[in-house]
Amino acid sequence: MTVPAPYHLALSAVLFTLGMVGVLVRRSALVVFMSVEVMLNAVNLALVTFARLRGAVDGQLLVFFVLVVAAVEVVIGLAIIVDVFRAMETVDVDDVDLLRG
Amino acid sequence: MLIRVLAVLVPTLPLAGWAVNGLWGGRLARRTVALVACGAVAAAFAAAALLLWQIRLAPPPGGPSWVVDLYSWIGAGSIQVPLRLLVDPLSVAMALVVGGVGLLIHVYSVGYMDGDPGFARYFAYLNLFMASMFWLVLAGNLAAMFIGWEGVGLCSYLLIAFWFTRPAAAAAGVKAFLVTRLGDVGMLLGIFVAFGVFGTTDFGVMTRDAGARLALGGGAATALALLLFAGAAGKSAQLPLHVWLPDAMEGPTPVSALIHAATMVTAGVYMIVRLHAVFLRAPAAMDLIAAVGAVTAIFAAAAALVEPDLKRVLAYSTISQLGYMFLAVGVGAFSAGIFHLTSHAFFKALLFLAAGAVMHALGGETDMRRMGGLARRLPRTTAAFAIGALALAGIPPLSGFFSKDLILSEAFRAQAWWWAVGVAAAGLTAVYILRAFALTFLGADLRGAEGAAHDPPPSMAAPMWILAGLTVAGGGLGWSFTHPGILERFLLTVLRGGAAAPARAGGAGEGTLVAASVLVAVAGIVVGWLVYVRRSLRGGVPALARLLSRRFYIEDAYAVAVIGPVRALARAAAVADLTVIDAAVMGLARAVGRSGQALRGLETGYLRHYAAFVLIGVLLILVYWVSR
Repeated sequence: MTVPAPYHLALSAVLFTLGMVGVLVRRSALVVFMSVEVMLNAVNLALVTFARLRGAVDGQLLVFFVLVVAAVEVVIGLAIIVDVFRAMETVDVDDVDLLRG
Repeated sequence: MLIRVLAVLVPTLPLAGWAVNGLWGGRLARRTVALVACGAVAAAFAAAALLLWQIRLAPPPGGPSWVVDLYSWIGAGSIQVPLRLLVDPLSVAMALVVGGVGLLIHVYSVGYMDGDPGFARYFAYLNLFMASMFWLVLAGNLAAMFIGWEGVGLCSYLLIAFWFTRPAAAAAGVKAFLVTRLGDVGMLLGIFVAFGVFGTTDFGVMTRDAGARLALGGGAATALALLLFAGAAGKSAQLPLHVWLPDAMEGPTPVSALIHAATMVTAGVYMIVRLHAVFLRAPAAMDLIAAVGAVTAIFAAAAALVEPDLKRVLAYSTISQLGYMFLAVGVGAFSAGIFHLTSHAFFKALLFLAAGAVMHALGGETDMRRMGGLARRLPRTTAAFAIGALALAGIPPLSGFFSKDLILSEAFRAQAWWWAVGVAAAGLTAVYILRAFALTFLGADLRGAEGAAHDPPPSMAAPMWILAGLTVAGGGLGWSFTHPGILERFLLTVLRGGAAAPARAGGAGEGTLVAASVLVAVAGIVVGWLVYVRRSLRGGVPALARLLSRRFYIEDAYAVAVIGPVRALARAAAVADLTVIDAAVMGLARAVGRSGQALRGLETGYLRHYAAFVLIGVLLILVYWVSR
């Protein structure tokens, strides 16, 4: 049996919300980063679900792009975090506030 | 061909001197600077003299003048303005006066300006002035003449304000520039009217067509004559635009002699004589010119009576003598005007150079109340000044007598009361110049302790003696009882289209007029002697003295009527600038700053806030999409 599409979408929404709340409330840059990954994959899930509903593959195709971009982003993001740590001795996003007006 | 080259050389040589001294004068030795400046003017004078020889040798074929076209300056449809030089007896005579007096004053300046830090700058300006003045007198149409006209005005400004660190000199320069500019507006409008009437401003065409294009006494003729006269009155310091000339005495004295006595201020007279055919079509304007000249002559002579400053006495005297010239051209005695222009250039330049020698000896002093008794210390200067003064007073046989008398007899023939005003002014002239002479050279020596005063060095004395010689001999240029003088016959082709001049009236009437004016001059000298030397005539009318020393309140009237309102307007504009325009600009800047201050609270530096903003933005877009 197959799980009906609304369940997939609900899971996607829950995952996205979790990731979003994580981005907004966590202080560690690494956790914020992981939350972003959760949000990306929630979107991937929604894409796949809708692609199946429509019987087309373009949504699934897009997922690959998202995966690739996410991988690249991880590389860059981690590099930035390492650099921030070297410069500021912290990865707490609340302590990195050089752009405060 | 030779005439073409010579005519071009006359204004170009001083221009080259200006370029050399203006560009490299600071690095050249003083001797070189002086040599370049004087050499350029001497060469230009020589070229003008050769021009005289040429036109005596070969009268221009088929016309009254040689025309030298340089190139087409303005070409717009039917309006063609070539840069054109006109070589005829009138322009050559003027070029010779300008070049001759200019050369003498250049030589004099070498001694006078010795030691001045602006030596090279001075000679650069002076050469630029000579170039502009030569251009003015040689120009072949009004538009080209206007270049020289403004050029001499610029040099006048530069040289009056030569010692620009002195506030009085800087202010005098600005005043001269602005007041003459007022007249030049009229001049410029006159040029436009000339374009409208004639389609060109070429002097030859205007002279030829004046009879056909301008109705005698018609509106166009009168407007054209009056507008051009406005320019002439500004440049030649006639009432009511005379106020700049006395202040112009802040400049170096040779400048006063050259620009503000001998050459530039006579440009107005020259322009009217040059366009006499146009002016003769407007009898009303001619009457006004004669009246302005007569009134100016007596007004300035009266103002000179009470002036305490030696140079300013000479300045008022210049205004007065220019009034005579305008009286002459106003009654149609054009060659008499040019004759007086020439003799005045000689004796007034002489008076100014002698005054400069006095200042040189006294360390720049010009106040006659602190002079006196200089005849014993400066015998040669005293003699030179005396010759100039006698010529100015109109004592025969000096040149001033002949030229002034010619004007007076011509004025008598036109209108008896103009003659009366002229004779009265002549009497005042004798009194004020005797006063100046007495206060400066006679009486008690007021500078006993500072006994270093002595006659000027030869380089300054020589030009004075040459001018003194010209002052004595200059009368021969233009006067005789029965025949037209040399100058008048020379100018015939220009002024009367080649027709023979009428024989002078001569006879008993002429003799009576001459006797009367000599008598008045002698009486003036006697009165002046009694008042200022013997001091046996005393008393006076305080109200009149005050009226004279305030110069009939003309400048006070300007201060109230013009300067006050303009200042008030300027102040109002300044306030408006601060409170309206500046306020708007500053308010805008401040509004931007305030909104920046208000918005900077959004930039918290917290990553989560930025993320929340992104979220809110996305949500808003979603709401918009869904609700659409």
